[in-house]
Amino acid sequence: MLDNATEGYVTADGRQIGPVVMEMKGITLRFGGVEAIRGISFDIREGEIRAIIGPNGAGKSSMLNVISGFYHPQEGEVFYRGVKRPPMKPYMVARQGIARTFQNIALFEGMSVLDNVMTGRLNHMKVGLLGQALWWGKAEAEEVKNRAKAEEVIDFLGIQAIRKTPVGRLPYGLKKRVELARALAAEPQILLLDEPMAGMNVEEKEDMSRFILDVNDEFGTTIVLIEHDMGVVMDLSDRVVVMDYGKKIGDGTPEEVRNNQEVIDAYLGVSHD
Amino acid sequence: MPEQLVFAMEVTLNGLMTGVMYSLVALGFVLIFKASGIFNYAQGVMALFAAMTLVGIQDGRVPFSHVINAIFGTHIYDFGWEVPALLAILLTVIVMIIFALLVQRFVFKHLVGQEPIILFMATIGLAYFLEGVSDLMWGSEIRNMDVGLPQGINDWIDVTTLEIFGYGFFIDNLDLAATLIAAILVMGLIAYSQYTKNGRAMRAVADDHQAALSVGISLNYVWILVWSLAGIVALVAGVMWGSKSGVQFSLSLIALKALPVLMLGGFTSIPGAIVGGMIIGVGEALFEFAIGPMIGGATENWFAYVLALLFLVFRPQGLFGEKIIERV
Repeated sequence: MLDNATEGYVTADGRQIGPVVMEMKGITLRFGGVEAIRGISFDIREGEIRAIIGPNGAGKSSMLNVISGFYHPQEGEVFYRGVKRPPMKPYMVARQGIARTFQNIALFEGMSVLDNVMTGRLNHMKVGLLGQALWWGKAEAEEVKNRAKAEEVIDFLGIQAIRKTPVGRLPYGLKKRVELARALAAEPQILLLDEPMAGMNVEEKEDMSRFILDVNDEFGTTIVLIEHDMGVVMDLSDRVVVMDYGKKIGDGTPEEVRNNQEVIDAYLGVSHD
Repeated sequence: MPEQLVFAMEVTLNGLMTGVMYSLVALGFVLIFKASGIFNYAQGVMALFAAMTLVGIQDGRVPFSHVINAIFGTHIYDFGWEVPALLAILLTVIVMIIFALLVQRFVFKHLVGQEPIILFMATIGLAYFLEGVSDLMWGSEIRNMDVGLPQGINDWIDVTTLEIFGYGFFIDNLDLAATLIAAILVMGLIAYSQYTKNGRAMRAVADDHQAALSVGISLNYVWILVWSLAGIVALVAGVMWGSKSGVQFSLSLIALKALPVLMLGGFTSIPGAIVGGMIIGVGEALFEFAIGPMIGGATENWFAYVLALLFLVFRPQGLFGEKIIERV
């Protein structure tokens, strides 16, 4: 069923997975003499939860940075909705409907939670420079409309109580949630999550897993996530890419990946020689 | 009421309004520093450039006339028309926006991600370059600025205070106008940065470049916007100081007076720039009034800097600045 690139399929729990929206072909990324990613190809389907896993230094974050335009690969091509994507600045990628979070949390620490979430709405606001400066009718209407959407997301993630709190004062777990809220506020087509559960306790992890599933379920958002925790990944994702030392060593459903000998070796630490 | 107290009140009021004028310059610094982390040494020269451009356009002078005449052997100096003040201001705003575009395109675009000290050095270069350009463009003569702002003693205050204290205060109408304009400008800027899309984008860029990129903000666009705003603030400061003391080279030195204001108010706070300016304005006026005569006067030249020095020792982040806590 996975071979049908154009039509998609229905998962065991009844979710509709669509055709391929994004395809990476032969991506190679070098930093000087170091090859962080070596000729990796894989695809992302509409509406699925796609995980990228692998040991430390496998090149997972680099891969995500390639998708979001922070890194530009020396070789290979990225296809988005069937069209080859030219090298793009990160803000242009964001404007195409690809939102992301960061492994080390990149929030606007000095701004309130609400303002942070509102920055996610920036690309949905169209009133021009002069209109904004003079706060002409349309500018106000637009602000109100987008504010309502931001509040919706805040409500969805259950962070109403801290709406006005400056982000810098929040504990780690909540910051992660605010970052997710900001990405969600952009109503992305594809949501990239870089280790959304890193450094969380069990309860926070459960909360975050539930949010990820809810987002995917309710908005049909395609989600690409990087995760360390094998258990979490296997429960959450529809398909998994496994990376090790910049190479792809496995790709498939969690079942398939779990039984892949190379993957087992990579995780158990068989020597590379 | 004792005579000395009445005098002190007048001095305080005048100091307050001089302080607002300092704040106007400091504001331009804060805007750029907040959004890009660049300490813009050229802010004072930008005020000079804006004032010269405004006067030049108003008088209908041909820009770069010396250069043109030298190359082509012509003798053109004037277009022979006079531009109304409002239109001239609008044209100057456009010039300042073009200036912002050029600065971003040719200087700071190439310095993204560099150390703050390198960016600071670039603004020093920019200051001297702009100084030369303004001379070349409009000549170096001292000009009068007249954009229709009221000038001279405010009669109403004079008469009222005469009735109450038996002594009429001398308050310049220009200072009153400057205070009013500064108040409007500051409220406008605060509202703009708090409640509009671009304002939010500006704050976002100031906070975290990477995060700003990830939500789809173009750094280039925001920086052009910030430099344009700083140019417009420079124009306002240039108009005020130009009307007060003529458009001449020394106008660019008022930037130095903005430094102590920034140290007092904090480099990142718009209200801080205002309050800092007022404290320095009132402080130096009162100090000159009370202590000046005992130590030979001219304390206004150094009082602000000594005050700033004290602040640096006891509260380096200024009154409203963000405290930098380094975690180890």
